[in-house]
Formats: sequence, structure tokens, C-alpha cells
Amino acid sequence: MSEEIIRVDNLTFRYNGTEVINDISFVVKKGDYLGIAGSNGSGKSTLIKNILGILEPDSGAIKIFGQPLTSFRQWQRIGYLPQRINALNYHFPCTVKEIVQLGIKNNEADLKNTLEMMGIAHLAASLIGELSYGEQQRVMLARALISKPDLLIFDEPTTALDPETRDVFYSLTGEINHKGTTVVLVTHDTGIIGKYASNLLYLDKKIIFFGTFEDFCSSPDMTGFFGLDSQHMICHQHDKTGNNT
Amino acid sequence: MELSNILNYEFVQRAFVAGILIAAVSSILGVFLVLRRFSLIGDGLAHITFGSVAVVMLIGVSPVYITLAALPLVMLSSLAILKLTHSRRIPGDAAIGVVSSVGIATGIVLASLSNGYNLDLFSYLFGNILTVTRIELLLSFIVFLAVVATLIFFYDDLLAVTFDEELAQTMGVKTKRINIILFLLTAIAAVLAMKIAGIMLVSAMLILPALTALQLSFSFRITILASVIFAVLSVICGLLLAFLLNLPAGGTIIIINIVFLLCTFGAKKILPAKR
Repeated sequence: MSEEIIRVDNLTFRYNGTEVINDISFVVKKGDYLGIAGSNGSGKSTLIKNILGILEPDSGAIKIFGQPLTSFRQWQRIGYLPQRINALNYHFPCTVKEIVQLGIKNNEADLKNTLEMMGIAHLAASLIGELSYGEQQRVMLARALISKPDLLIFDEPTTALDPETRDVFYSLTGEINHKGTTVVLVTHDTGIIGKYASNLLYLDKKIIFFGTFEDFCSSPDMTGFFGLDSQHMICHQHDKTGNNT
Repeated sequence: MELSNILNYEFVQRAFVAGILIAAVSSILGVFLVLRRFSLIGDGLAHITFGSVAVVMLIGVSPVYITLAALPLVMLSSLAILKLTHSRRIPGDAAIGVVSSVGIATGIVLASLSNGYNLDLFSYLFGNILTVTRIELLLSFIVFLAVVATLIFFYDDLLAVTFDEELAQTMGVKTKRINIILFLLTAIAAVLAMKIAGIMLVSAMLILPALTALQLSFSFRITILASVIFAVLSVICGLLLAFLLNLPAGGTIIIINIVFLLCTFGAKKILPAKR
């Protein structure tokens, strides 16, 4: 039986009294690639922030790598790519090297390998604020990867990327997952995520669907909820990868 | 009087040493504050210092210990700004505005209650580096050591929190502890900077060297170093000019800071971009 990487039990979170997440439970296992989708305000980013301990749930329990989140200390096992880095809106005085090594010590070889893997070795001495958004995302991905995490969490990483860069980014996440890293990715790109993700969690404050893409694509309930066209749109890329729905 | 003769006076030497130490402290903290968009915290804390000085003067604390006596109130106010900023109910700049108003209103009301000390109180508005006491010099040295030690031991954590607080949290950084350290040190720096530049120019001591260094597009470490160099040079040049031309030291130091900032703006226009 695969190791449980994330376990969420009966999680509820309120913001200023308004319920944002309502009693949700799910499990992410080792090697999974979970796509989390839902409309704006459905609680996707809030869920991620609860899992990472940035926000404190009103009720429910979260375990990471089998440990309660409240006592979890092995943060180097998690790589996180936030939705937006405020510092990148202006010229933050940090080189790519400084950002990627943030919190990592004496790791020149790993730094070199990670920068090369991301195709940004030539930018090591450049200031992060001087790079294009696509390059900045590669830098942030390199930062998330350098500690060789067992779990990667992305919060809408492709929002401001052009379609070509976005496809390259998704492809990278797929490769990383194939090498054994568990991936959790929040996205609006429901038409693309099926190509890479094994499981889908569809949120609208509560769970609308949680399971494999195969189950999602063959579920009459989901056809009823989304309509046939939308369901096909989500499943289209998954079909193209040769998966049987 | 010759400049070399002036430099022989103990109070002048004290002014130079204290000025350099306080400038170094303010300029290091300033880099983190500017990048985290807390630039105006210096203004807020200076106003609180005004209120705090009014309170301790009303109590009858000896002028020698006024800075020391005002510190706890300013440090508490700094933590109040931090708490309000994170309450999600009040934006950071508004939180500074609220605490700042409390300080200045308290100062004005207390000053009107006791006319006897109005003159002393209002002298804090413009500062006077030549009146730095031995206790204030010692405090400046202790704070300088504390800031350097914080920078050495918490450099990675400070950088991570400055870059993105939420990301830092997911790296295991104790962001609350780092914020408290930064805000408390800023409170002490603001009180001490008031002696040099006066309440009205405290935020300039925090912001200007950092802003100047940021124009040069260096790495983070070099930016901090450059900020310190600009701040210390401003104090040395400002004090010398003030003595030579009989100008107010605080204002002259800040004008030198502004000249440095304008020079970096100019250099940025002239020199080609790196990329």
C-alpha cells in the first residue's frame, strides 16, 4: 500500500465568518499527481494554504507524511510554488542564485544541476526582477526543486504564462512526477491538466469530485454536473495520452 | 574655529561615533523595511516617540534618561503596528497611520497640559546630534551589535521573509519571530535616529540609504553593504558640512542622503542597463 503523503480529514475554514472550505476530506498518496480545479473563490488556494500551515483551519485535521501538520518540521521535503510573489512586482535585489539557494546551504553542485535542468544556468547572476515572467517561474520552480522534495505543491503556476511556456511548464511537472515526486497542482487549465494529472479534485467550497481522471470522465454524475461538452473538454487531453475512459 | 579643533571636543566625537552607528543600524533595517513596503514605519514610530517623550517628560524623568525611558512605549507601539498589519482588517500603511496618530495626538495634548516643557519637547522635532549622551552612545553601540548579530544569524530567514512571507513559512522559517525582531530593532533605531535627524526626518534615515542602494541593482548582500556605506558617508559628510557652514546637522545629513539618491538616479539614466 502506497505511503500517504497528504491526509485531509473534515477540513473546514472560514474567513471573517464566511465559510470558504466546508468539511472536505481526501488523501494524496506517494507518486500521485493531483490536479485541484474549481472556479474563482471555490477554495483552491485556501486549501493549499491550510495544507502548508499558512492558514489555520477552523476544524478538521491535516497530516503531512503521516505527521500532524501542527508538529510537522520536515519542510525541506516540500517544494512550494506560490500563485504570486509580491517581491517580483518590482526590482527585488536578489540574483537568481540567491533566490534558488534561499534556505539551502553549501549546495553548489545541486545548484548547478538544478539551474541546468531548468535551463536557467546562464541567468544565475541576473537579478530576479529583470527576468521575464516565464523565466521567473523557472527560477521559482528551481527553488522548489533544489532540496529534492518528495512533495511539490503548485498554486496556479501558469496564470500569467503564454500558451507555449505554459505547455513547457506542465511538461516539466509531468517529468518530475514520473521520477517519483508527488505533485499537487492548483489550476484553471482543466483542459490541459488531464494530460499530466492522475487524479482530480474539483472544489466548490466542498468536494464536487475526487478520484481518478478515468472515474471523472466516465461518471454520469459529473456529466450531469458539468454538462457533456465541459466534461469532454476536461477529459479530451487525458484521452489523447492514451488513457482509457 | 578650525575643523581639527572642533573634532577634539568629546561631544563632537560622540556625535560622529553615535551618528555612524545609528546610520549603519537604520540603513541595514531600512533595506528590509523598504522591500517589505514598510517604508513609513519610521514616520509612525517617530510620532509615537514624540508622544512617549511627552509622557516621560511629564512624569519628570531626567533629560539624560529620556530616550531610554521612551523606548518601551515605542517598542510596544511597533509590535502594535505588526499586530494590526497581520490582522487582515487593516492594511499595513493604515496600521502605521493609526499608531502614528495616537503618538502625535498624545504628544500635543500632553504638551498643552504642561507649558513648562514645551520647548524641550519640541526640540525633539528637529533633533540635535551634538546632545547625544553617553547612555545614548552606549545604547547605539549595543543596538549596532544586535543588528549585526541578527543579520549574521538570521540572514537567510530575513531574506526569505522579505522575499515572500508565506513562502518563508513553508520553508520552516519562524516568520513571527523574525517580524518581532525586525520591528523591535526598528523601534530602537527610530528612537535613536530621532536624536540625529529629529522626529520629522527619522523615516529619511531609514529609507534614503536603502533606496539609494536599491537603485544600483546589486545582489542582496551588496545592497545591504551599499546602504550602510551611503548612510555612513552621509553622516560624516553631513556633520563636517554642518560644522563648516554652521548648518543644522540633522537636515544636512538628510540632504546629503538625498544628493546620493539623485546621483544614483542620474547614474542609472546614463549607464546602460545590464540586460
